[in-house]
Amino acid sequence: MVTDALAYKLRKLLQEGLPLVEKPYQDIARQLAVSEQVVIDKITELKQQGLIKRFGMVLRHHELGYSANCMVVWDIPDEQIEQVADKLASSSCVTLCYQRPRREKWPYNLFCMIHGKVREQVEGQLQEMIETHQLDYPHQLLFSSRRFKQRGARYV
Amino acid sequence: MELSEQDRRLLNQVQQDFPLHPEPFKVLATQLGIPEQEILERLRLFEQENAISRFGAVFNHHQAGASTLAALAVPEEKIEQVAEFVNAFAEVNHNYEREHEFNLWFVVNAPDQHGVERVLNKISAAYPYPLLDLPMVKGYHIDLGFPLW
Repeated sequence: MVTDALAYKLRKLLQEGLPLVEKPYQDIARQLAVSEQVVIDKITELKQQGLIKRFGMVLRHHELGYSANCMVVWDIPDEQIEQVADKLASSSCVTLCYQRPRREKWPYNLFCMIHGKVREQVEGQLQEMIETHQLDYPHQLLFSSRRFKQRGARYV
Repeated sequence: MELSEQDRRLLNQVQQDFPLHPEPFKVLATQLGIPEQEILERLRLFEQENAISRFGAVFNHHQAGASTLAALAVPEEKIEQVAEFVNAFAEVNHNYEREHEFNLWFVVNAPDQHGVERVLNKISAAYPYPLLDLPMVKGYHIDLGFPLW
């Protein structure tokens, strides 16, 4: 039986992170005074419900040598956005692809992220993707020049 | 740090569908053909090197709370000061300088929309620069991890 209070504590522990030990779920279970299987079942359930979209290691690309991080923003006609977004999302170099609202002086409605070791590599991948999918739409490349903060989201 | 072919295989594997088994690293050892202790040692090293941000759950923003991507057009000479102010909010989890007139890009997460607005309002009040508030309308490729090649 998993109470709301327990689910809340579990969520907090899962977003803070598990230890890198042989039995990480047992460690969490001890902190919650439940069995290891209860923890495993609850994570499985949260994944199935879609509340957890990914369970595993979250990496810092910069520290792994992938320091060119580019957000590409596109101005796509509204009626074509699904079709273009699917093409971007299916490209192996794209790690994230979101539709966002246009704003005054900001015509871009589709965003994708491309990471690479160096800038030229990212530019090359983008060019290849544009040619492959004939993505002849206005876009801009926003390379990151400095990272001020990067960590997992915390909701509770 | 330089990654070996084995490191890349390991890191690609552990980013999603991490084994939900009492001894998950034993499962990985079988999947990858790398001894369990070697996997743990390697991952601990990556953690020490700050290459692993965390080992845990990535929650769905829409279901887990409210979130937005925000951007500020900050005068160049003020950017460090503003970045520090923005970073001080626990609700902010990513904050990057990017090459654009809108040069400070950050993500705000909160339990509800009111919490997101509270943070944006405080930032606007302290630094009334042009601000973009760009909540997600739809995700097409949502955080499946980061492919290493």
